[in-house]
Amino acid sequence: MTPSSAGALTISDGRLALSGLLILVNVGLSAALRLGLGRSLLVASIRMVVQLLLVGFVLEWLFQQDQSPLILLVGAAMAMIAGVSAVQRTRHRFAGIYLNSLLSVMASSALVTGLAVTGLIRPQPWYNPQYLIPLLGMVLGNTLNGISLGLDRFMDGLRIGRDQVETDLALGATRWEACQTVVREAIRVAMIPTINSMMVMGLVSLPGMMTGQILQGAAPAAAVRYQIVILFMIASATALGVFGVVGLAYARLTSADHQLRLDRLVRAGEAADGEAA
Amino acid sequence: MDRPLLLSATGLERRLGDRLLWSRLDLALAGGDRLGLVAPSGAGKTLLLRALALLDPPQAGTFHLLGRSPAAWGLPRWRAMVLYLAQRPVAGGGTVAANLRAPWRFRERRGQGSWSHGRITGWLAALGRDASFLDYDAERLSGGELQLLALLRGLQFDPTVLLLDEPTASLDAATTAAVEALLTDWLAAGARACVLISHDGEQIERFATRTLELQR
Repeated sequence: MTPSSAGALTISDGRLALSGLLILVNVGLSAALRLGLGRSLLVASIRMVVQLLLVGFVLEWLFQQDQSPLILLVGAAMAMIAGVSAVQRTRHRFAGIYLNSLLSVMASSALVTGLAVTGLIRPQPWYNPQYLIPLLGMVLGNTLNGISLGLDRFMDGLRIGRDQVETDLALGATRWEACQTVVREAIRVAMIPTINSMMVMGLVSLPGMMTGQILQGAAPAAAVRYQIVILFMIASATALGVFGVVGLAYARLTSADHQLRLDRLVRAGEAADGEAA
Repeated sequence: MDRPLLLSATGLERRLGDRLLWSRLDLALAGGDRLGLVAPSGAGKTLLLRALALLDPPQAGTFHLLGRSPAAWGLPRWRAMVLYLAQRPVAGGGTVAANLRAPWRFRERRGQGSWSHGRITGWLAALGRDASFLDYDAERLSGGELQLLALLRGLQFDPTVLLLDEPTASLDAATTAAVEALLTDWLAAGARACVLISHDGEQIERFATRTLELQR
């Protein structure tokens, strides 16, 4: 299938620029209500346009490559960025948090995307970048949200529930017995957005990828099938990634001597990643 | 002295940042001991109790309970026997009774029976409360009631060493006296000892059989 045959209408440069005027709605609102968002809106708009135009070029180049190591390297770089940004949204840090996040993101997305391209969608070859890269991107974008939610919730849960956790420890609980409600709650909270989005899928939101395929002329019934596979991929990768990252954080913030090690926690921004042990 | 040695700690040292709180601190508790900790605020009284319960990573020192090291006991078992009651008690959701029952479900306690309704109500009577206290919503208890809950929750396991951090700080004089009498009876009923932190010098004088002074 070549995009040109049944492709969507091309958007000319002039009309692209015209679409930018839509942001004036936000700017006007911000000015009228004195939200002070004008600057951020401008920066965000420019960043979005520049980043996407660049990605367009990169993808065009990437889709012409057929070297599996190169494609996998790009995938790994994407996972790395996802792992780092997941941590950057958390309010507290501990030494090794970046490594934990990277491991969780990479393992979960590699496993799920790998299964999808070798078993479910089966492009030829399996590393065909036109399939692998967008699929991986969708999985990473969602796993990232789950991981940063789960991490943040877990660290907050331990801080706020510290007295309860230590009361249990003092009464003879193992570290797992003392922390399990906090672990469970963090994983539950991190899974909620995925579950919510599946609940209303197609009713409230038409997912971006499906919209794109339909505009390209794909039969809606076929586009829907892709969307179903993608959503299951996202759900399982998020679950695995969150489970991994919360588990690793639990191991780091408690000790084999069944102690709570909140002394390893620092606020984001202070002495970011100093090894203190 | 034929009183059995229960807990010994030698060569304890504790730093907070670059401040040395104490060093070369030795402590031994025999059956019947009621040790009062005396020190100005900020000298690390609470940290010393936490150290004995091994709730913080040890900085220096060795610990023995009935001649065995913490590693030989296992940490949950150690804490079940050297039981620390925090200054600010915490209760989970549910009734007082549910909170008293909850720790019996820990792996450490499994197979050791369960809570004894009769024993608890006996203690409650000694503290001037009736059994309806058990049905109170634990999250709505006053500070003093919370301290009673925490005390009973710990006492019911008959720890070898009880570490009390301001256990009567939120209680009125009458209940405080009842708690002291209850503790004295409980301590006399077996090979047990306790360490007490109190801001009330008279309480230390009344209750403690000896004192340990932490220097600043």
